[in-house]
Amino acid sequence: MLRSLWRAATIAATTAALALPAVAHADGGQNMLHPESKQAHAIWTLWWVMLGVSAFGFAVIVFLLVLGWVRRDRASLPFGGGERAGTAIVVGAGIFVMIALLSALFVWSDIFVLKTTEAPAASSTRLTVKVIGKQWFWEVRYPGTAAVTANEIHIPVRTRVNLEGTTADVIHSFWVPELNRKTDMIPGQVNRILLDADRAGTYRGQCAEYCGLQHAHMSMFVFADPVPVFRRWLANEERPGRAPATAQERLGRRLFMSMPCSGCHTIRGTPAAGTSGPDLTHLASRTTIGALTLDNTRSNLADWIQNSQRYKPGNKMPGFTLTKTETGALVAYLERLR
Amino acid sequence: MAATVTEPGLERVRRLETIWDEPHGVLGWLTTTDHKRIGLLYFFTTLVFFGAGGVEALLMRTQLSQANEKVLSPETYDQLMTMHGVTMIFLFVIPMTIGAFGNYLVPLMIGARDMAFPRMNALSYWLFLFSGVFIYVGLFMHAAPNAGWFNYVPLALKPYNPGRNIDFYALGLIFNSVSSTAAAINFIVTIFKLRAPGMSMNRMPLFIFAMLAVSLSLIFALPSLTTDLVFLELQRNAGFHFFDVAHGGSPLLWQHLFWLFGHPEVYIIILPAMGIATSIIPTFAKRKMVAFPLVALAELLVAFIGFGVWAHHMFATGLPTIQLVFFAAASMMVVIPSSIQIYAWTITVNLGRPDFRAPLMFIGGFIAFFVLGGLSGIMFAAIPFDQATTDTYFVVAHFHFIIFGAAVFPILGGMYYWFPKVTGRMYHEGVAKASFWLAFVGTALTFFPMHMLGLLGMTRRIYTYPNGMGWGAYNLSETIGAFILTAGLLMIFANLAYSRFRGPAAGPDPFGGGTLEWSTTSPPPHYNFPVIPVVRSAYPNWDREDREADRARLRRGELVFDEGHETPAATVVDAVPDEVLEMPSESPWPLVLSVCTAGLFVMLLVRHYVVAGVFALLALLVLAAWHWKEPEEE
Repeated sequence: MLRSLWRAATIAATTAALALPAVAHADGGQNMLHPESKQAHAIWTLWWVMLGVSAFGFAVIVFLLVLGWVRRDRASLPFGGGERAGTAIVVGAGIFVMIALLSALFVWSDIFVLKTTEAPAASSTRLTVKVIGKQWFWEVRYPGTAAVTANEIHIPVRTRVNLEGTTADVIHSFWVPELNRKTDMIPGQVNRILLDADRAGTYRGQCAEYCGLQHAHMSMFVFADPVPVFRRWLANEERPGRAPATAQERLGRRLFMSMPCSGCHTIRGTPAAGTSGPDLTHLASRTTIGALTLDNTRSNLADWIQNSQRYKPGNKMPGFTLTKTETGALVAYLERLR
Repeated sequence: MAATVTEPGLERVRRLETIWDEPHGVLGWLTTTDHKRIGLLYFFTTLVFFGAGGVEALLMRTQLSQANEKVLSPETYDQLMTMHGVTMIFLFVIPMTIGAFGNYLVPLMIGARDMAFPRMNALSYWLFLFSGVFIYVGLFMHAAPNAGWFNYVPLALKPYNPGRNIDFYALGLIFNSVSSTAAAINFIVTIFKLRAPGMSMNRMPLFIFAMLAVSLSLIFALPSLTTDLVFLELQRNAGFHFFDVAHGGSPLLWQHLFWLFGHPEVYIIILPAMGIATSIIPTFAKRKMVAFPLVALAELLVAFIGFGVWAHHMFATGLPTIQLVFFAAASMMVVIPSSIQIYAWTITVNLGRPDFRAPLMFIGGFIAFFVLGGLSGIMFAAIPFDQATTDTYFVVAHFHFIIFGAAVFPILGGMYYWFPKVTGRMYHEGVAKASFWLAFVGTALTFFPMHMLGLLGMTRRIYTYPNGMGWGAYNLSETIGAFILTAGLLMIFANLAYSRFRGPAAGPDPFGGGTLEWSTTSPPPHYNFPVIPVVRSAYPNWDREDREADRARLRRGELVFDEGHETPAATVVDAVPDEVLEMPSESPWPLVLSVCTAGLFVMLLVRHYVVAGVFALLALLVLAAWHWKEPEEE
C-alpha cells in the first residue's frame, strides 16, 4: 500500500512538473493558467488556492492510509485512541472541518469571485460584440456598425467589452480561457460575457459544447488591439469588399458570383449575400481559414476551395474541381479582399 | 458445514436440494429464477459490454495519441464517444453493480433464499440483455448514437441528425430503463421484506444500505430520463415541439430533465462501490466499521441530496445567479456524507489489524482515486471555476476518477473478494496484487494528465487537435496509460479464469467475513441456506454461537422450510418473521416476454407501428400466460 501511494505521488509530481513548461506563454494561447484579464486572473487565483487546500486534504487521507499500513499490527490509533476517538475523527474531520472549509469556499467563490466574472450590466460597456455560433464557425458582428466578420474577433485592449453570444443552429459554447469563463450559446437565448484584456495580443478560443461533426474545428482568435489600431480595423471592416483591380481578379470575381460560392457567402457591395458560410468581405485581413483550421495563405486558400472536405470533413462547403487558371483567379480576388 | 450436520439435518438438506433444483444445461439458464444464476448471467453479459466499451476507449485514445491523427473519421469518433459513455454507464457499471453484485449478494447477505420476485428478476436480466443488443445493433450498422451520452438538443433533433442514430439511443434507453426499474423495485421489496429474523434495519449490512439507496434513487431518477426520451422521440417522429424555441419549447428542458436523472445517476454508480468498500474493509481490518450508523445514514443521504444538485451541469447555460448559487450550495452539501465515509473507511483500517490482500488493495486504490475525483468535484461547486473548466478535459479527468477509479476499482476488488464464494476456489494472490499495481498505475497515467489538458484549454468531445497547443505529451501519456490499464484488467480476468478451474479449494469463509454470505457453502446451494439464520448483529457471521445455534435448529428442523419452495418474510423495521412466502420456480415466460418487448422496440425503431402494436399485444398475452395460476406441485 505504501508503495502504491508513493508511486501515485511520484506520478502526480512528475506530471505536475511536466505541466510547468507548458505554463510558459505563447501568443495565441488557450491556457487557463495564463490569465490576461482581471476575470481570468480571479479564476486562476481560485484554482491555485483550491489546489493547495485539496492537495493538503489528499495528503491527509493518504497519510491515514499509509498509517493504516505501517501500523497494521496494532489495532489502535497512534495516540492510543480506539472506537470513541475514531468516531470523533470521523465526525470532527468528516463533518465539522468540511463544513467550515466548504462554507469558506462558498462565500469566496460563489459570492465574490462570481461578481468579478459576472456578465457586464446592460449598457455598462462602450462596445458590444455579437457572436453567433454556426456549424462550424463563429459569425462576428459589431452592432451599430456594418462590420461583419468570422472567427477572428477584434477588441480594444483594456476596454470593457460586452460579448453577446447566441446561435443560429445547435448549442455552442464561447470560451477564450485567457480572458474569461465560458458561456453557452443556446437557441432563443442571448448569453453575455465580459471581455476585458489587460494586454494587447492574440487569445485563442474554442467551441466548448459538442456541436456535431466538426466541433473540433470550431476555434477562434480574439485580438486585443491598441485602441487606434482597433478603430482602423473596424473602419476597414465596415467598408464593402474591394473591387477587383486586375484582369485576373476580375475573372476571380466573375467566377465567385457565377459559382455556388455566392449562395453561401456574403461579400458586401456585391450580389453575393449567402449567410450559411462566413462573411468574406474582408477575408484577406484574417489570418486563418476554416475557423482556424488552416493559415490564411495563398496556397492554403487554393487547396481549401478544392479540398475543404479533406481538412474539415462534413463542413458545408463542397469541394470544387477547378482549372489552375480558375483557382488562381479566385484566390487572387479573395486575396484582394483586405 | 455439511460435515457437522447430523442425520436428521442431512435428510432435510436432501429434501431442500430436490425442492430447489433447477433444470440442467442451457434450458436451465434460459428459464432460471435463481438469483445467483441471474447474477452470473448479468456478470458475464456486462463483462462483454465492458470489453466493448473498453475497445471503444482504446480506439479513441489511439486517435488522440497525437495531434492530427487520422485513425478514426470524425463520424466514427463521435459514435464511439457516445457508445463508450452509454455502454459504461447503462450496460456496464449499473448492471454490473446492481444486476451482478446486487443479485448475487443481496439475498445471501440478508439470509433469504431468493429475491422477492424471482421471475421479475429474470425478466430484468433478459430486458437488459436485449436492450444492450438493441443499442449495439446501431453500431454495427454504423448508425450508433452520435450526439454524446448526454444527447443535447437541438443537435439530436431531426434537422441536425436525420438518421436512426438517435432513435437507437432514445428507444434503447427507454427499453433499458424498464429493466432497471423492475430490478430496483425488486431490490427494495427484497431488502424490506426478506431479511432474516432479527436483522432489524440497524443490523443491515452497509452493502444492503447502499443497494437500498441505489434502488430508491433509480425509481425516482429514471422517470425523468424516460420522460425526456419520450419527448425526444415524439419531437423527432411525431411532429411535437417540446424543445423547439420557435414553437414555445426550450432546449434547456432537455438538459434539466436529463440531469435530474443524470446526476442521481452518478450516485447510483458510486453507491454500490461504497457498499463494496464497506464490505471489504471490515473483513480485512477484522473489525466492524467505525461510526456504523453514521455511514449507513451517509449512504442514504448521498442518494437523497443527489437529487438537488443537477443544475451544476448547466452552470454555463446562462441560468440566473440565484439558481447557480442554490445548486452550488447543494453540491457542496453532498460532499459531507462522502467525507464521513472516507474518514470512516480510513479510520476503520487504522483501528483494525488490516491484512493488505488484493481486495483491500483495490479498496485502497479506490479511496485514493475517490478523494482525488471528489476534490476536483468540489471545485465545480465554485461556480466561476466550473464555468471555466466545464466541457474541458478537467471534467473528463474528474469523472473518470469517480467512475473508473472510484466505481470500477471496488468492482474489481469485489470480483477478487467474492470469487471464492461464487466458485469455491481461490484466486492467485501474487498475480492479483500485480494486477492491482498495473491497473492502479494505468488508471493514474490515463486520467491524471487530463486535469492538465483541461487547464491548458483542451475541450471535450473533439476528435482531433492541432499541433502547438502543448497537449501532445499529455495525450500520449494517457494513451500509454490506457494500454497499461488494459493489461492490468486482462491480468485480473486471466487470474480469475485460470483460478476458476485450477485454483485451490477456498472453503466457505476464506477471509473471515462478517456477513451472512460467508456462513454458507462456496458456491452456495440453490436454496442458499439449509436453515434460515437468526441474526443479532450487523456482522452475524462473527457471532459464532449464533451460527452454532443455526446448526442446532437444522437438526431440530426449525426455520428449515423443507416442505416447499419457500422463504420467510419479516416485518420491515424489526425483521420479526410474519409470513412464509411460496416462491415461484423456473419459468420460460420472462424470456418470452422480453423477446416480445424487443420486437416492440425494433418495430418502433423502424416505425412499423402496426407491427409494434402486434408485439405489444403479444406481450400482454404472455403476461396473462405468466400469471395463469400454475397447478400446485405434487
